[in-house]
Amino acid sequence: MELLLDSLFNGVAIGSVLLVAALGLAIVFGLMGVINLAHGELMMLGAYTTYVTQLIFKLPILKPYYNSYIILSIFFAFVVSGVVGILLEKTIIRRLYGSPLETLLATWGVSLILQQFVRSVPLAYGTGLVISLIIGLFLPTTFPSKIKESINFKYFKFSSWIFAALTGVLTGSVISSSVSKLSRASARNVDVTAPSWMRGQVEILGTAFPKTRLMIIIITLISVIAITLFLNQSAWGMRIRAVTQNRQMSDCLGISTEKVDIITFGIGSGLAGVAGVAVSLLGSVGPNVGGNYIVGCFMVVVLGGVGNLLGTVFASFGIGIMTDLIGAGRLLSIWPDMPLPLSNTINFFATTSMARVMIFALIVIFLQFKPTGLFPQKGRMVEN
Amino acid sequence: MRISRRILAGLATASLAVTATSCGGGGTSGSFDDSVTVGILHSLSGTMAISEKTLVDTEIMAIEEINASGGVFVDGKFYEIKYKVEDGASDWPTFAEKSKKLIDQDGVPVVFGGWTSASRKAMLPVYESKDAFLYYPIQYEAQECSNNIFYTGATPNQQSEPATDFMYKRSPAAGGDFFLVGSDYVFPRTSNTITKAQVEQLGGTVVGEDYLPLGNTEVAPIISKIKVALPEGGIIINTLNGDQNVAFFKQIQDAGITPSNGYYVMNYSIAEEEISTIGPEFLEGHYGAWNYMMSIDSLESQKFAAKFKKRWGSERVVADPQESAYNMVYLWKQAVEEAGTFDDNVVREVLVGQKFDAPQGPVEVMPNHHLSQTVRIGEINAEGGFTILEETGVVMPQAWNQKHPSSKGFACDWTDSSKGEKYKL
Repeated sequence: MELLLDSLFNGVAIGSVLLVAALGLAIVFGLMGVINLAHGELMMLGAYTTYVTQLIFKLPILKPYYNSYIILSIFFAFVVSGVVGILLEKTIIRRLYGSPLETLLATWGVSLILQQFVRSVPLAYGTGLVISLIIGLFLPTTFPSKIKESINFKYFKFSSWIFAALTGVLTGSVISSSVSKLSRASARNVDVTAPSWMRGQVEILGTAFPKTRLMIIIITLISVIAITLFLNQSAWGMRIRAVTQNRQMSDCLGISTEKVDIITFGIGSGLAGVAGVAVSLLGSVGPNVGGNYIVGCFMVVVLGGVGNLLGTVFASFGIGIMTDLIGAGRLLSIWPDMPLPLSNTINFFATTSMARVMIFALIVIFLQFKPTGLFPQKGRMVEN
Repeated sequence: MRISRRILAGLATASLAVTATSCGGGGTSGSFDDSVTVGILHSLSGTMAISEKTLVDTEIMAIEEINASGGVFVDGKFYEIKYKVEDGASDWPTFAEKSKKLIDQDGVPVVFGGWTSASRKAMLPVYESKDAFLYYPIQYEAQECSNNIFYTGATPNQQSEPATDFMYKRSPAAGGDFFLVGSDYVFPRTSNTITKAQVEQLGGTVVGEDYLPLGNTEVAPIISKIKVALPEGGIIINTLNGDQNVAFFKQIQDAGITPSNGYYVMNYSIAEEEISTIGPEFLEGHYGAWNYMMSIDSLESQKFAAKFKKRWGSERVVADPQESAYNMVYLWKQAVEEAGTFDDNVVREVLVGQKFDAPQGPVEVMPNHHLSQTVRIGEINAEGGFTILEETGVVMPQAWNQKHPSSKGFACDWTDSSKGEKYKL
């Protein structure tokens, strides 16, 4: 019983990291059909946001609230990655809809740019830049409609960008002068330390579980529930689904597909940011952190069936449980006196690297029989 | 502008001529008879840049020190050392390509470079075919002995063997079972083969081993295996690479695999630089084994650390790889001075037997192109340094490990033409 619980928990823990990382991609790739190779780097931005938030909360004024920084950074990471995603959509991806190969190459380029950005720009100024982006993109939308419709709107827009730039420079220099660690560019990996209440273990049903893992499972659960509710219950969610199913028809019916694209991409990217927070709790944060997850993310989305969130959920937990079963050699402890050749085979695959090989092989075999994944989308649009 | 530069150049030549004729080798800093350019080849970009940049800094510091004290005195002339830094870009074929460039185009007599075994393996054929010379400063898995490479890092018997011995006999977990964890590449696999043979000789048991693919940070399956294999605590030998250590130590602490629960990790790739990256709060109470540790309480060691901080900033630390890099520049200088020429083949002859008072204590170049070194076992403390627990005497290097089944009974000796790379003892 304890063994089973432990194994299940481990599988769910591994799976939830995969799930939270793949969730954003499931939306961007699954619903919009955009192959976003910069998804990992959006995760990395989320992880760096956590790091910056952590350092800012070490300042004397915010020190009393230090314990709650991780909760706030989930929100910040969502906003930061979301805004960078929106910028990416507005400047590059929008021009490449319908040409997957070009999108793939362009987003790969973006991922290299983002990696180099965090290496060579001091994080304080990076933060300033993101803040000016947020203000610049959102300030014009808050103007009263009288201004929005006036002929001089572009000047208002322009001046709000100037305001945004100034605020960004100001925040950048304030942060850089108060937190010395953020004032210099560095290619070194940095470290996010979980607040003390999140370290150590909790005991449930006689088995000890690491708190950070539980936290990641909770973050994943909340993200999945929130995104499902959003897609199924809200008006924008309905529009997103409509555009996914039939773009031309939705356009004809008066849905602004442009806005839908921005929102979908923004949410997908924001979720990557949330995944970044989760990942930062497990290992170190560096320019390459996202690249380690991107293959796994695509694997999960493809296995689950493109365009289907439920498939993504099943696929990631499936892979998680399989990783633990094979990688930790669980089958041997569940069934200790199995025949020798079988137990030798299991032992052979019971290392992390061989488990990976095994899982990839299983996925390849599975996709031979069900090329559209666990939960394929049905309908005429799919065949086109 | 152009004229003034030409005048300056003229003046410079004139003054050079004057010093050359009048003083005939003044030897004070600032006036040299000639200059020699050496190659420095490490990754300045990519994943390895973080580590390898520290070596470039140390090598530059050593060269500047030598220049400040008059340069290299070869064949009656004082040479200023100039250096050409090339970027290996964390890409192994690039290391080979840049080596060719340094040797052929820049004509350097020596290249200081490399970090990963993969980069060394890529460079090796270049140096052998061109009969050039590479100085390689990293502790590594050995099982190699080239006539064209000079290795100043530790071999396994100068690091992992004394460490395993300490863990099994004298650590708090003495007599316990072993679990081996490493990144999936040549160094951890070779090192663990040696450790397994040694543990068997000592009478202990290795209850499990696992390798994490490079770049992967999901250590949950490894943690479950450790918990099953070592339910009551034991010895973990860790050869993980770089930032995989961060994931490993964060997660084992959360899973209760800590010194207070009887689990002790011995690390072969964690030095002062890495401790500050991972965070001492995750590492406190675990162990490390190195030839040099910043906390060595000798004048040479403190001077080395102080000089490095003065040159590159007070927050910087020095660690074992940097010390090896520092030693190799000085050993090269001594050898060319004794040889009286920069010619590789002559330098190689006199290099063997060179002694140097290194920050770690005296080192000497052995006939197998490795160094005799002192081994230290340290416990990681809350300040991010090592508390040195044990210090061996000088340990001779074994290029061919005597515990590894494939190299048992072999040795390397380049001073005797009948022996060479690998001969039977």
